[in-house]
Amino acid sequence: MKIKVIVTLKNGVLDPQGKAIQQTLNGMNFGNVEDVRQGKYFEIEVKEKDEKKAKSLVDDMCKKLLANLVIEDYKIV
Amino acid sequence: MRSSVIIFPGSNCDRDMDVALKKFGFKNQMVWHNDQSIPKSDLIVLPGGFSYGDYLRCGSIASKSKIIKSVIDFANSGGLVLGICNGFQILTETGLLNGILQQNKFLNFICSNVFIKVKDKQNKYFRDLKKDILELHIAHNEGNYFCSDDELKSLEDNNQIAVTYCGEDGAENEATNPNGAIKNIAGIFNKNKNVLGMMPHPERMIDKYLSGEDGSLFFKNILDNFK
Repeated sequence: MKIKVIVTLKNGVLDPQGKAIQQTLNGMNFGNVEDVRQGKYFEIEVKEKDEKKAKSLVDDMCKKLLANLVIEDYKIV
Repeated sequence: MRSSVIIFPGSNCDRDMDVALKKFGFKNQMVWHNDQSIPKSDLIVLPGGFSYGDYLRCGSIASKSKIIKSVIDFANSGGLVLGICNGFQILTETGLLNGILQQNKFLNFICSNVFIKVKDKQNKYFRDLKKDILELHIAHNEGNYFCSDDELKSLEDNNQIAVTYCGEDGAENEATNPNGAIKNIAGIFNKNKNVLGMMPHPERMIDKYLSGEDGSLFFKNILDNFK
């Protein structure tokens, strides 16, 4: 089963890459871009048929490795 | 004093560290990350570099290496653990040190000499150090120290801030902050101050003709405090 995870910076944590992307977009005449936050996306193939179990495993993975909870939030989608 | 330098795939300051430690009389040995245990040591060093290509987050993959369990046990039993640059990043990812090193504020790789101020001398690294301000070298893309407000308060209350970026005169401000680190933090301790992580490289400042010798002072001081 494939589980998808999105890791993003927490609100309030400076995202200089997002800022640079926003400024570039503005410079390309996408003037209505007010903010960009960059994140990470994972597709994790888990050998598990039960979706609930698979997601609970991935949740554990997020806490232990995929996200650093000091600055990042994660969402299993 | 016996020391061990841990080598991860992508470490690149391991041999410089080996040269530096031996120059001042440490009995140093190199330890591969995949080893199960660390030879008897008084100091463990996690060197600089780009372990695992900085994949995922700097230091995150190395912090799950086989050898790390021994490093954590050693640190928890009071042993001296020093992480330089990528070693500092690895230590934050293991949880031995608070916070995280984020990408530099202006998205640039910084390679330059900096001045750092020693903020605490009640520890085995800086006790009786003759200088308060050292000139050391930094070379990093992710040195922008960050932690939560609660963690910062706890670091300050327990005097866990080890070194901060400053000017030659000791001024700590935005102009003397190379990477955007909160409170100009360049290095911190754990609560017991046996674990030290810092971005500047003392091993690059051990020769009076090539660089300067403020790094020599640092290594000699650790030895003096051990005696």
